Amino acid sequence: MKSLKASGHPFSISTLQLEHLHAHRSDQFTDRMADAGLHPLKPTRIEIFQINVGKMCNQTCKHCHVDAGPDRKEIMTRETLQRCLDILATHDIPTIDITGGAPEMNPHFRWFVEEAARLGKHIIDRCNLTILLANPKYYDLPQFLAKHRVEVVSSLPHYTAVRTDRQRGDGVFEKSIQAMRMLNEAGYGQEGTGLELNLVYNPTGAILPGPQQELEADFKRHLLSEHGVYFNKLYVITNMPISRFLDFLVVSGNYETYMQKLIDAFNPSAAMGVMCRNTLSIGWDGTLYDCDFNQMLDIKIQDAPVHIDHFDLDALTNRSIVVDQHCYGCTAGLGSSCGGQVV
Amino acid sequence: METYYNPADLAKFGKIGDFDKALADKFFSYYNEVFKEGALTAREKSLIALAVSHTVQCPYCIDAYTTDTLEKGCTEEQLMEAVHVAAAIRGGASLVHGVQMMNHTKKVMM
Repeated sequence: MKSLKASGHPFSISTLQLEHLHAHRSDQFTDRMADAGLHPLKPTRIEIFQINVGKMCNQTCKHCHVDAGPDRKEIMTRETLQRCLDILATHDIPTIDITGGAPEMNPHFRWFVEEAARLGKHIIDRCNLTILLANPKYYDLPQFLAKHRVEVVSSLPHYTAVRTDRQRGDGVFEKSIQAMRMLNEAGYGQEGTGLELNLVYNPTGAILPGPQQELEADFKRHLLSEHGVYFNKLYVITNMPISRFLDFLVVSGNYETYMQKLIDAFNPSAAMGVMCRNTLSIGWDGTLYDCDFNQMLDIKIQDAPVHIDHFDLDALTNRSIVVDQHCYGCTAGLGSSCGGQVV
Repeated sequence: METYYNPADLAKFGKIGDFDKALADKFFSYYNEVFKEGALTAREKSLIALAVSHTVQCPYCIDAYTTDTLEKGCTEEQLMEAVHVAAAIRGGASLVHGVQMMNHTKKVMM
């Protein structure tokens, strides 16, 4: 499967996605936020530096909001990564969240993790699991990540092979289980080691996710009894109506129903806790965004310099966060963030 | 094409209150209370609703509770098992009357 970009799909152009999201819709997200007393939306404090180190990935998942895949060549340079480290060394930003693509495919990944660990930051690697088996050079990643106390957050859309493979590709479930075994053997997910392996569930279709606690119990029971693997927490997230998932919604005739479902489920409490309030998203070329979704829609931050080279924490802390119609995805029901449900 | 059932009508269910608000309010209040977590979990209630939807053959209910059970974390296998429960009871309800047929046959025949 090719990325939308490589196949010349209209939704590889962010403005066309936004046009689609704006069409035929009177329920403006900004109005709902204003009703909830949350417009303009302001940051609480920048606690998480979420760095997208590149769009290259060994998988091409059907729902991917990044439109990542083997044919994507955008990769963060060592200079930009160094710039991030310089800022992190001089600012009280406790968490570094490394995402992609498959972040481990960035040739500077290990160097960056070593340097970040030296700063004493909490490091998160958003690992797709199968990368651990993609090439012998990745086989020792579990030990490397464990050595640097990196939290591993991995997508596993379901505890059944059929659902996972439908979204992430044939054979992905079996490889993901093997990768979980490798991580478990390195101490991940085991009580007392402090090495966190957290999974991410997102629905395999045009539905909202159920309650995190129940799904976590299901995942733990099935993965342990059927495959002998374990993990710490399940982060439940909602599929955003952008990129490949937007294409799926349109092609399958679910777009209107799904958007209406998100709008009807708007929850002011979830809106209070959206991740863009404590997270700054950095693109592969050093551009700054309010979140990884805005990044993929090329909606840059406002009220502050838009590039890491001109980082200004005061201006960023006082900026207004840019919101649009896709933000209904983070505020529906129990809410959605990179750390799971927020309510 | 005009049909008796329109999927878009499901979203208009609440509008039955336009003609009689008091009864609609009572119905929806009761309905919402029924589906809350109780002695049965919300997921179990949703699976029962899916099975009953097939028994009463309500297309709106089937759409609604297919989505609802999936959203509550049920698998396709669980959904189909619920439908089989409905089918078994429906089939069984016909078949058990076979006893009545047999009783009557024995009564009227030599």
